[in-house]
Amino acid sequence: MSGSAPRVGAAIIGPGNIGTDLMYKILTKSLYLDLRMMAGIVRSEGIARAEREGIETTTAGIGPILEDDDIKLVFDATGARSHLRHAPLLEDAAKVAIDLTPAAVGPFTVPAVNLADLYEAPNLNLVTCGGQATVPIVYAVARAAGARYAEIVSCIASKSAGPGTRQNIDEFTQTTAKAICTVGGAKRGKAIIILNPAEPSLVMTDTIYVDVETPDREAIEASIEAMVQRVQEYVPGYRLRVPPLVDGHKVTVIVEVEGAGDFLPKYSGNLDIMTSAAMRVGDELARRMRTREK
Amino acid sequence: MTASRVHLVDTTLRDGSHAVSHSYSPEQVRAIAAGLERARIEYVEVSHGDGLAGSSFNYGFSAFPEEELLAAASSELRAAKLTVLLLPGIGTQEDLSMAAHYGAKVARIATHVTEADIGEQHIGLARSLDMLACGVLMMTHMVPAEKVAEQAALLESYGAELVYLMDSAGAMLPGDVTTRVAAVRGALSIPVGFHAHNNLGMAIGNTLAAVEAGASFVDGCCRGLGAGAGNAQTEVLVAALDRAGHETGIDLYAIMDVAEGVVEPIMHRPQVIGNTPLMLGYAGVYSSFLLHSYRAAEKFGLDPRDVVMELGRRQMVGGQEDMIIDVAYQIAREKRGDGAHAELTPRESAA
Repeated sequence: MSGSAPRVGAAIIGPGNIGTDLMYKILTKSLYLDLRMMAGIVRSEGIARAEREGIETTTAGIGPILEDDDIKLVFDATGARSHLRHAPLLEDAAKVAIDLTPAAVGPFTVPAVNLADLYEAPNLNLVTCGGQATVPIVYAVARAAGARYAEIVSCIASKSAGPGTRQNIDEFTQTTAKAICTVGGAKRGKAIIILNPAEPSLVMTDTIYVDVETPDREAIEASIEAMVQRVQEYVPGYRLRVPPLVDGHKVTVIVEVEGAGDFLPKYSGNLDIMTSAAMRVGDELARRMRTREK
Repeated sequence: MTASRVHLVDTTLRDGSHAVSHSYSPEQVRAIAAGLERARIEYVEVSHGDGLAGSSFNYGFSAFPEEELLAAASSELRAAKLTVLLLPGIGTQEDLSMAAHYGAKVARIATHVTEADIGEQHIGLARSLDMLACGVLMMTHMVPAEKVAEQAALLESYGAELVYLMDSAGAMLPGDVTTRVAAVRGALSIPVGFHAHNNLGMAIGNTLAAVEAGASFVDGCCRGLGAGAGNAQTEVLVAALDRAGHETGIDLYAIMDVAEGVVEPIMHRPQVIGNTPLMLGYAGVYSSFLLHSYRAAEKFGLDPRDVVMELGRRQMVGGQEDMIIDVAYQIAREKRGDGAHAELTPRESAA
């Protein structure tokens, strides 16, 4: 229960859309985190929103976070280049970094799959939105049937693809493909991203194809069903759209991710799954820190 | 009408690869490339139908590695320039570098008509590799001319030396082509190209309309091969452009000979406007969806025309072949009422 020990101090760097959505999630849904600071580099709408919520803010970047000993967990929602600079500073200050950027300093972390292996990691990277949505399914299929090859197609609404994603789209495909193998357990992986400008905006959809070793339909269905439930624990809008179609050794699954609408619009499932995964990681780590201190 | 020089890109070995389910062998590529070279085609495009690295479950696996196909084409081309297509989000800069290594001289970087900014890095890389950097907007029927011009201007600002408009769904009529090409010509200082599909029987007519409106680069495929109902038929286009007073520099007899003697024997089916390709044009759906729609409709016991109409209603864009399965699944579920999954599972093949 959450009342017996104090909550664990946390901070967010990067008060953009993602950082702001994460702030609202922590404020309304977290069991173990105490959001103590929102850090930016300019006075922005995100900083103003944090102030309105009574959160301490700074426009001096990471400095004030490093100096606050009560902050144990730091969510980095800036960009890859900034995180490369922040990562060693946070490690020196003995603060765990939960990295929402593509910097990938720490190991890829997909809460439903491998968080339990990473409790001691000083820096955890959240892969990509497509990775958060598809790696659990790849893993579920791989553990049930063996995955010789997995391929994913992630489609997100144009409006929810920020300039970072757009100017560096190869980073998405390459990072996601890597995580499909290292975390998902596929021997080879490929990732494709599509931006769709339809109005009204479409929710994020993700298709997962797996070339399996043993096409045991029942085992695959049961494994996926269990995994979808596991992801739903922290991403309520995560749903199976097309249950596994088994055609020879080819398994096809389609999921959709609707956002919770905490701050970002509901179609931005791609952003919601990142902030939801980040909060899950933060809450889990905080829960364990509290237990250890007792 | 003013007579002008028109440059022709033959894409039998790229868009045409959809029609043969990406099964070209290095020998076939060599034979076609050699024929195109003999006919004095200026640009020969070789890639998976969905661009470099398109080989996948989603778009169909290539029968041979792309490197081998590019090398095969390179070995036959002298004056003609090897051209490749890359769709950011599918292929990466690494793939473009690979193509350059195998002799590609022209990079066509293609995005959906509203998403030009995802191609900035790739255009930059093409320039730094000394390739002719061509920005391509796909599905240009989906937005008004001003929006097309705005996105084309972005491509120019990224360093594109040429901008192409694709009627990827074969959904445009000549007037639609004229307004879009004219708008882009008016907004840009670089040459404009046009790529047609024949789903509404407009490929040659639309291409001529584009040239009349100021396009100086056009695409064709021998025997009209290509996604959906195919592209503008290269040998017909050469003859029609000549009759319209435009110089292409292409040997008409020689290109006809390649089409009949080399390409036709390789074709899996005659390239005609069947009912489903017609529906692609009518509903404004990406032409590459054709064979995937047939397969999904067959698996779920549906009329492929219904699948195509629904894809159009949902405003699906290029590359979303996976959504064909989704649409077929959802339609089948509606038709069968409660949607018990077991009943919907498609027939298993022994593959």
